Amino acid sequence: MLSDHAKTGPAGDLTSPAGTGTSKDVRKRGSRTRRARPRPFGSRLKRDWQLLLMALPAIGLLLVFHYVPLLGNVIAFQDYSPYVGIADSPWVGFTNFQWLMFDESFWDATLNTLTITAFQLVFYFPVPILLAVLLDSVVRPRLRLFIQGIVYMPHFFSWVLVVTLFQQMFGGAGLLSQTLRDHGYTGFDLMTNPDTFLVLVTAETVWKDAGWGTIIFLAALAAINQNLYEAAAVDGASRWRRLWHITLPGLRPVIVLLLILRLGEALNVGFEQFFLQRDAVGRDAAEVLDTFVYWRTLLTGEWSYGAAAGLVKGLVGLVLILISNRVAHRFGEQGIYKRS
Amino acid sequence: MTTLPPWAERPSRVGALLKGLLLTLITVGVLFPIYMVALTSLSTQEAVTEAGGLVTVPSGLSFAAYQELFAGGVVTRSVLVSLGVTLVGTAISLTVTVLAAYGLSRPGSLLHRPMLFLVLLTFLFGPGMIPNYLLVSSLGLIDTYWSLILPGAVTAFNLVVMRAFFMNIPDEVTDSARIDGANEFRILRTIVLPMSKGVTAVIGLFYAVGYWNSFFNAVLYLNDNAKWPLQVVLRQYVLQGQSLIVGQSGVGTLPGQSLPPSLAIQMAIVVVALLPVLFVYPFVQRHFTKGVIIGAIKG
Repeated sequence: MLSDHAKTGPAGDLTSPAGTGTSKDVRKRGSRTRRARPRPFGSRLKRDWQLLLMALPAIGLLLVFHYVPLLGNVIAFQDYSPYVGIADSPWVGFTNFQWLMFDESFWDATLNTLTITAFQLVFYFPVPILLAVLLDSVVRPRLRLFIQGIVYMPHFFSWVLVVTLFQQMFGGAGLLSQTLRDHGYTGFDLMTNPDTFLVLVTAETVWKDAGWGTIIFLAALAAINQNLYEAAAVDGASRWRRLWHITLPGLRPVIVLLLILRLGEALNVGFEQFFLQRDAVGRDAAEVLDTFVYWRTLLTGEWSYGAAAGLVKGLVGLVLILISNRVAHRFGEQGIYKRS
Repeated sequence: MTTLPPWAERPSRVGALLKGLLLTLITVGVLFPIYMVALTSLSTQEAVTEAGGLVTVPSGLSFAAYQELFAGGVVTRSVLVSLGVTLVGTAISLTVTVLAAYGLSRPGSLLHRPMLFLVLLTFLFGPGMIPNYLLVSSLGLIDTYWSLILPGAVTAFNLVVMRAFFMNIPDEVTDSARIDGANEFRILRTIVLPMSKGVTAVIGLFYAVGYWNSFFNAVLYLNDNAKWPLQVVLRQYVLQGQSLIVGQSGVGTLPGQSLPPSLAIQMAIVVVALLPVLFVYPFVQRHFTKGVIIGAIKG
């Protein structure tokens, strides 16, 4: 059984969480059992009941907290009222979706979401790559480990904490404003300015996640054959030429893959970051699709309408993921699931 | 002193200097806000006044802010809530995830394929906020701590990473135990888990950090502010700067504190929210570099 996995490589399994070489294994397995005639259900149950029992709690939790609410999306086609319940709420067909299509605030939120994604693609996405190349050039292992430890850390802070820290640095009463005022300039408040909001959220994202994002690029850098560098150096290629002709091509597959996957997640910019700053900055700049759903539903009680918006976002997101994976396969990459 | 390969030219002085400067800047950029917050939280009221706000150069130090925070009241309670949710939640999540990762680690076992499919499908489509809320509310979990734990108790992603790790353990290792008559639970406990300490620590950290940082679930599911975890308190009293007296609900208050919280106290709340992460992190960090979580990022 395990020889099958061995073929996908020891690291291959780890680096593809969704694939993990499973579909392939199962198919191979299937063809083998067809030849070898499947064992009767009873004997398989007797052999595997312990494994089944072990998987049960997780499967149960996923069924209850993932698949049951998935069905709850039917309220998007109803005029749902919590006092009446799903069973007795009247069905309204696609009315909610029709309203949604003519809802300006919905399109504003969509536009904001896409703008943020585009802005972060340009100003966040390259940062981990550059940082990884920089870290990789630190030759002293202990120093490198030390810096890595520090830049990974903010990934584990909550958004509340990150936004608070930024407020203390760049807010109206923050350190920067305070210092400026001490020196006779007027202070400013980056935290409530809708014009600079894109810069602010991107800076926050860089501070929190750019360090953590280097991990995958560092792994790719470590996998580059060192002999290539040596050969190039012997042939007289300068440091920069080596970076351009060896390092970058070595990183290319990972860059392409992550870029495609990010495009597939174009509608997901993260919820808490925007939820926390929406009031201070204002809806015009900070309303994204997720916060739109939240405010429309839980504050105004338009359950069905919010669910419809959420469903639209989910379905479009699904299509985007499927497309981006198709593209990833086209580039010869794995994507989040395997080509079938 | 360095392990520069023999063919590489020595870096130029300017280049090395620039690189060092850049790295220092990055490190300071991460550490400085934390330093500033911690220092302000430890400063006396006079030091804060003198600095005109946040303190960057230590002058008068005091633990007064922390004494006040832990004298009982909103913050003390929320720290206990967060600790409790984190401990119970991580224990449940890790147990369930380890069991399922092992249970699903043998292709060809009974129902292996449909169960794995069920897990993997969660990557593609989330149920959405509103249906989640309706479910939690119809299960009667609103205003219970379970609403912070159960909905996210299993992350398909962590499960899959762990499973991949288990699948890389050679069959021969477990087969002999099986022949000796050990059951699967025993094999998992005595053979597989001891071989998987690194990945278990990392996944445990992921879950624990998730619970400690849990914020939005609390906003969504907890109306009773006596049950608020620390992150919600942090937002309320520091980010939004509300007065620490929560009048109408009669929640416990800080003794002798009726004004908006002083800066030192606010910063002390930030430090309390930060500290557990700072403490646990170094113990798990070394496993990051061993490639345990490479898979974790690619998702």
